[in-house]
Amino acid sequence: MRHQPVVIIGSGLAGYTLAREFRKLDAETPLAILSSDHGGFYSKPMLSNAFAQKKTADALLAKDATRMADELKAEVRAHTSVAAINIQRRQLSVNGETMSYGKLVLALGADPIRLPLTGSGAEAVLSVNNLDDYRRFREAAEGKRRIAILGAGLIGCEFANDLANAGYTVDVIDLAAQPLGRLLPTDAGVFMQRRLEAAGIVFHLGTSIQQIDRAGSGLRLNLANGEMLEADVVLSAVGLRPRTTLAAAAGLQVNRGIMVNHLLQTSDENIYAIGDCAEVEGKVLPFVMPIMQAARALAPTLTGNATPVCYPAMPVAVKTPACPAVVAPPEPGVAGQWRLKQDVDGVKALFEDADGKLRGFALLGAAVAEKNGLAQLLVQ
Amino acid sequence: MKVWKCIVCGYVYDEAAGAPDDGIAPGTRWEDVPETWACPDCGVAKVDFEMAEV
Repeated sequence: MRHQPVVIIGSGLAGYTLAREFRKLDAETPLAILSSDHGGFYSKPMLSNAFAQKKTADALLAKDATRMADELKAEVRAHTSVAAINIQRRQLSVNGETMSYGKLVLALGADPIRLPLTGSGAEAVLSVNNLDDYRRFREAAEGKRRIAILGAGLIGCEFANDLANAGYTVDVIDLAAQPLGRLLPTDAGVFMQRRLEAAGIVFHLGTSIQQIDRAGSGLRLNLANGEMLEADVVLSAVGLRPRTTLAAAAGLQVNRGIMVNHLLQTSDENIYAIGDCAEVEGKVLPFVMPIMQAARALAPTLTGNATPVCYPAMPVAVKTPACPAVVAPPEPGVAGQWRLKQDVDGVKALFEDADGKLRGFALLGAAVAEKNGLAQLLVQ
Repeated sequence: MKVWKCIVCGYVYDEAAGAPDDGIAPGTRWEDVPETWACPDCGVAKVDFEMAEV
């Protein structure tokens, strides 16, 4: 009997990793990957540290859609838009045609959050969430000198460090009082800030943009604290919002992301979700390691061997060469306290609960060497 | 001695250096790295590493 095709919507890290894992187990079932862009494979984590290495978007493209199709023995459809899912008929409406699926996987990704900015320069603000964005950003920054970054989170700090290393003057603006506010305790955040400042980055913290206007060939930013900045390019890195519209329109349950259980199954038994678009038992984890774990569980599930996703300790590396960092933030709602050990070379911050059990950590500078040992001690 | 690179995050496994943090001694050839070993930074499986140009 010929199997109904597995269709994956999305050709990012989640979609392609799942496809690879699936093909390791099942070489026969027809597999289709629908991509809204060029459908090529690239390393997304490298987008925020490719500037200093002078990597063009073309250089970052590891394999184009044709090569991926060949390697995965799959149909890869580039520049494809899925208008609707009919869950009763197990059909998709794709570029005006109908396509049937046996199992459907939503690997749709997330959209960069856009701050509601006012002023004549508001639409010039860029964000980088895929290879085409990176291409546009590189073109905009070509021959320019000053870049302002909105957001001092993980992506904002990585870009800031990378751009400073590439020779740009970099300003970073965030409403929080410290960089990496969601991941680091205060003193560790300050340590990171000092290291990045030593690399030439200027922080404007505890404030926000009030207005952004075109001024000559560049942009002028008025901050709420009264400061005024000039920049040639403004990059927004204030977070991601899971893409849920297609799923919601099909009648699937969505919350912050597309809601799935421990099998990554949505409210429809034939539809799964993975990666930045998915909310797995209440958690949205837009990092690489969870995607790898999820893909390795979902692949066997799709072949009929139901396998729950099980996350090990998943420390996240922050790629800031001026201050390498590894963070494993405590789960929301876990009570405990940070204990910091700091010297000139780094910070070791441990988050312990009332029983003295390790529930999270943050390592900066030389302390990142302790990552593996601490990850094994983490209680989840 | 060869160098291998994670296709996802760019982590580099250099046979000369090994991965002492993961218990893999310097000088361990790629074929001798356990099949269960995964990229320490992002979890990519060993089979999904590719040889990098040196």
